[in-house]
Amino acid sequence: MTKLMEMFEQALLSADRVAAREAFIQSAGNTSSIEAVDSMIVPALERIGSGWENGNVSLSQVYMSARICEELSESLPGSSNIKNKNLPRIAVALLEDYHVLGKKIVCSVLKAGGIEFIDYHRASIRQLINRVNREKIEILLVSVLMLNSALKIKDLKNEFLEKGIGTKIIAGGAPFRLDENLWQEVGADAAGRSASDALSLVHNFVTDIK
Amino acid sequence: MTSLQRVLTALGHQEPDRVPLFLLLTMHGAKELGLSIKEYFSNAENVFKGQLRLKEKFSHDCLTNFFYAAAETEAAGSDVIYSDNGPPNSGRPIITNPNDIKKYIRPDIDGTACLRKVLKATEMLKAETGDDAPIIGVVISPFSLPVMQMGFDKYIELIHDERELFWQLMKKNEDFCIEWANAQIEAGAAAICYFDPVSSVTIIPRELYLQTGFEIAKRTIARINGPTATHFASGRCLPIIDDIARTGTAVVGTSAEEDLADLKDACQGRLTVLGNLNGIEMSRWTPEQTEEIVKDAIKKAGPGGGFVLSDNHGEIPFQVPDEVLKAVSDAAKKWGQYPLDWIDDLGK
Repeated sequence: MTKLMEMFEQALLSADRVAAREAFIQSAGNTSSIEAVDSMIVPALERIGSGWENGNVSLSQVYMSARICEELSESLPGSSNIKNKNLPRIAVALLEDYHVLGKKIVCSVLKAGGIEFIDYHRASIRQLINRVNREKIEILLVSVLMLNSALKIKDLKNEFLEKGIGTKIIAGGAPFRLDENLWQEVGADAAGRSASDALSLVHNFVTDIK
Repeated sequence: MTSLQRVLTALGHQEPDRVPLFLLLTMHGAKELGLSIKEYFSNAENVFKGQLRLKEKFSHDCLTNFFYAAAETEAAGSDVIYSDNGPPNSGRPIITNPNDIKKYIRPDIDGTACLRKVLKATEMLKAETGDDAPIIGVVISPFSLPVMQMGFDKYIELIHDERELFWQLMKKNEDFCIEWANAQIEAGAAAICYFDPVSSVTIIPRELYLQTGFEIAKRTIARINGPTATHFASGRCLPIIDDIARTGTAVVGTSAEEDLADLKDACQGRLTVLGNLNGIEMSRWTPEQTEEIVKDAIKKAGPGGGFVLSDNHGEIPFQVPDEVLKAVSDAAKKWGQYPLDWIDDLGK
């Protein structure tokens, strides 16, 4: 890791917007916006996500890092062109739960990583089925905090199967971290242990879907 | 020994007759009475009856007056969202803009029905059970309450970006927390569970904890007129155990993501370890698995006292079936009898 990358990551972990921007501009000065996102933001968020998974990084650091990266990504010249148009149609939702933090981090990480998605905010199973079907969503990232909400993914999956909807479900949230087998139990196609996993999990599914 | 004697002995870092067991059950009382969760929490009598039935059914060592965490924001004007199979949630945040903090007024306990019913349930439990079993009261720490008052994302931003307003809110929350804790003790609670998940290293780094949650806990716990158990509601606390011991709390509620032996070792007779059965996985345990898991927990943390077997979150999910709870209770009695000679025998 370069010295600038180290400084960038440290600034993110300290929620120091000014230092993060300086390190980012210095490092990304001569590269295109897409390269800057791929070479700085994505690896930094992935390493911070790994730090969260192994217990060295706290949730507040993950959240503030994702927010700062989202701001940096959006401030890049031609930021609207960064979005990767070759990806499947993706949506993010909070399933019948009222705890928005996890979903908000996922959205920030996806935005910072240049991934286009629709934010369904809080949605019921019925609302999700209607929108996923109508908007031809191929990957649905579902965030929950409570166990009862996590278990509802099973009902969602069953409804998808009954209606022949092939949308992949990526589950995330505390219950899936505390019970590593729960995502299979509820019929999800994958689970992220951290919000940063959203980037790699989405990319993994691209190959399957294409 | 009565439950209270058993618990006090364990808290004194001595070995009682057996390892105390706290099954921190709230919503299960509704099942016992055949009520919906919303109906169950609608009055003190239901919670009183539910707690007595659960204690009788699973013969564990505490009662709790805990209704739901959102009662503290409900008291300040927020709404509560009920579910058929999960804990009531806090609805619309009452602080939508950091500047709202300046005009925020802490709830008046006497004038608030949702808090009064908690006190009434406490008084009824105390009148019925006397000193047989400790009644555990609950407060949400001043530092963790804003997750419900403002929303988690907005609160993290407040801590980082608006430190002056953050401290204004903490002052108001500290005053309320102390009043609320002491009102519960006056009503009959033997100890207060100080729920402080935001202070866990799962949520904030230690450096930030030392500037914020640690100082708040020290000040608040010092003014609570009874013993406290600090609970991180599944959050990890091993890296801050020494700091927690300095807040003046007596017990620490521990995460299933940390090893009980490491936690017990780190507490070194200063804190009693409460935990750390995985409440999420528990809903799928078989009786055989349950026995092995309980046995392992007792092996790691039971010797020498200073240990209360419990779940890792401070509230067992509604989905955990009675068979598993019964198996936890049976295993705790079977393997938790002091002296724990069977542990020495394993080493021979």
